[in-house]
Amino acid sequence: MYRPPLAKRVPLVLLISLFLAGCASQTTHLPPEEPPRHTISEFQDERLAYVPDPWEHFNRSMYRFNYYFDRFLFIPVVKGYETVTPVFFQNRVSSFFGNLKEVRNLTNSILQLKGKESLTTLGRFVTNSTIGIGGLFDPATSFGLLRRDEDFGLTLGHWGVDSGPYLVMPILGPSTARDTGGFAADSAMRFGLYSYLDPFGSTGSPTAIAAGVTTLEAVDQRHQVPFRYYRSGYPFEYYMVRFFYHQKRELDIRKAPASGKGPALVPGLF
Amino acid sequence: MQTRSGGFFFAVQSFLEVNRMRIPTLLLAALLLSPLPCRGEETYGYPIAGAYEATLLGTPTELRSQLPPKVRTRTLLLQLNSEEKPPVFFYDNGLRCTFAYQKKKAPLVFVIGPTGASDQSSTAMSLLKALYHAGCHVITIPSTTHPNFIISGSQSHVPGDLATDASDLYRVMESAWKEVEGDVEASAFYLIGTSLGGVQAPFVARLDEERRIFNFRKVLMINPPVSLYNAVVRIDSLLNGVPEGPGREGAFFNRMLDKFTDFYSYGNFVAINDDFLYAVYQERLFSREEAGGLIAISFRINSAGMIFTSDVMTNSGYVVPKNRVLSSNDALSDYFLVCTHLSFLQYFNEYLYPHLRKTRPELSKEEFIASLSLKTLDRYLRGNRKFGIMTNANDFLLAPDELLYLQELFGERAIVYPRGGHLGNVQYRENMARVVDFFTKD
Repeated sequence: MYRPPLAKRVPLVLLISLFLAGCASQTTHLPPEEPPRHTISEFQDERLAYVPDPWEHFNRSMYRFNYYFDRFLFIPVVKGYETVTPVFFQNRVSSFFGNLKEVRNLTNSILQLKGKESLTTLGRFVTNSTIGIGGLFDPATSFGLLRRDEDFGLTLGHWGVDSGPYLVMPILGPSTARDTGGFAADSAMRFGLYSYLDPFGSTGSPTAIAAGVTTLEAVDQRHQVPFRYYRSGYPFEYYMVRFFYHQKRELDIRKAPASGKGPALVPGLF
Repeated sequence: MQTRSGGFFFAVQSFLEVNRMRIPTLLLAALLLSPLPCRGEETYGYPIAGAYEATLLGTPTELRSQLPPKVRTRTLLLQLNSEEKPPVFFYDNGLRCTFAYQKKKAPLVFVIGPTGASDQSSTAMSLLKALYHAGCHVITIPSTTHPNFIISGSQSHVPGDLATDASDLYRVMESAWKEVEGDVEASAFYLIGTSLGGVQAPFVARLDEERRIFNFRKVLMINPPVSLYNAVVRIDSLLNGVPEGPGREGAFFNRMLDKFTDFYSYGNFVAINDDFLYAVYQERLFSREEAGGLIAISFRINSAGMIFTSDVMTNSGYVVPKNRVLSSNDALSDYFLVCTHLSFLQYFNEYLYPHLRKTRPELSKEEFIASLSLKTLDRYLRGNRKFGIMTNANDFLLAPDELLYLQELFGERAIVYPRGGHLGNVQYRENMARVVDFFTKD
């Protein structure tokens, strides 16, 4: 995977650390606090939508950082991309990068010993890479080979690794300790494969091209996610996002293998 | 982005945006294939019979009206309140309204949404698209109960009094119109409100009779409560039927979640998709009481945002210690827990009513409750051809005598559908077609 030169990385690191440091409490001249009418002590109940979060203070800072990053850089770039690129081309880009991810899906299906699912994913990759013209189109889905997303975080979960604390990653957003490790492992595998294949090696400027491709991939990913930080206006959005992330991952780990006998589908409706 | 699926974020958004867990349910179309067990209503094709189920599930995707995929819109960010915002709401940079505009002279419709709805709630957006498609300009406004409105739209920062809400809404509409009047031409002004917005709409219209900025030609109310007070009592009481009882919302929520999760993992489903949701519905995973409880919980999650935001804005010391300045990084989970345990009635009795008494010490509670009802506008609404109403026979926010009252008050201008629960059928194509007809046909 492409690594930006240090000079380009420094501002981001600096920005994050300044940002984290800048959250110190402010002095106010308000009269002393008075206890509120309702406090938590009066309720004898389980916590609602609760996910353990020992790093909450850090996570909330990062959540806010991501909001600013989105607002001032990422979303304007994505908007620009959406403006100058025809929708047809946008879909081909999404399809292309989606096809590359099948490598990750396949590796992790195999690591989870999901036989039928691995074959489906392999079938998808071969079909879309050939008939789908290098992944620009997705004929596999219409052949009944449905996409099965897998990643190393799910593989770890499958083998019983606990999610660990909730973690909001810079730019990438909601994650957990386990899923961050999984993300690193997936990235390392991809980097290894990329170094081995060296697809831009003969072009003369492989670094620049790789950088361009990585940027396009990031823009495409953000383009596909409609979520905007704080857009709900809900003061407890952070908790809702945390809960939904956690729940989604738990359900993904419990997801039935493709060979499972689910309830019969109603024919003709899908 | 690490996010594996855009669907997840869709879920977050839709969970946050509406007062019910509206779920896309393509597969409910299957219900159409089986004959409906009711008589005399066969012409109405909305399929979900149960009031709670309809409210939770909404309209199956295939039964919604065809809406244009592309609508010319822009976001209006209105600056109405000049005071400094508390640091915990640092992200709020003005009142957000969505404006869809035609390139030619056209009527302009204002849309006011249900409790907790933003300007982009699914109900508001489907109304916006349908009316835009019919040739109107549209401006959607967040509900007065939405945190964004409480912070940046409201002058008192305390929602719930219909007269105050109406004057806040009117101020927002004036400001929104001022923002766009240089760019578009409006041939007339219309108003449409759903649920809470439905009962607010005639109060706004009556204010307009005095101020005469818009001279609303037509006003449509969809699923309005008759008495706001009765409606909140009914919502609160939905939690009485669940085994955990009121006060144990967390335990109830977690039990429902476990049920949902277990059903998913033991049922060998491949994803949380339409198959799965249809199975949840078909298997009657949740009892009637539990479905009612889920509706109440989603109202609670919404009202928690309302209570917390209003309390911070007014420094009232209701759930946040008085004089505490929350920073953007402070943990809010305890406030979340406290607020989700407070009923609408507590908000009314302990917060809203005392707040109004500060400026109107003579106001008795009975007078206050009476003022929160359409009946106070009886003389204004009776025979007034400007108004139309659409509601459902099984809208559980209406007592039987309240439904009769609406039918009697509006006569032939009241459309009562046999089913749909509370707002479950708004996006159904026949309902949407009649909404459009109301504004486009004389």
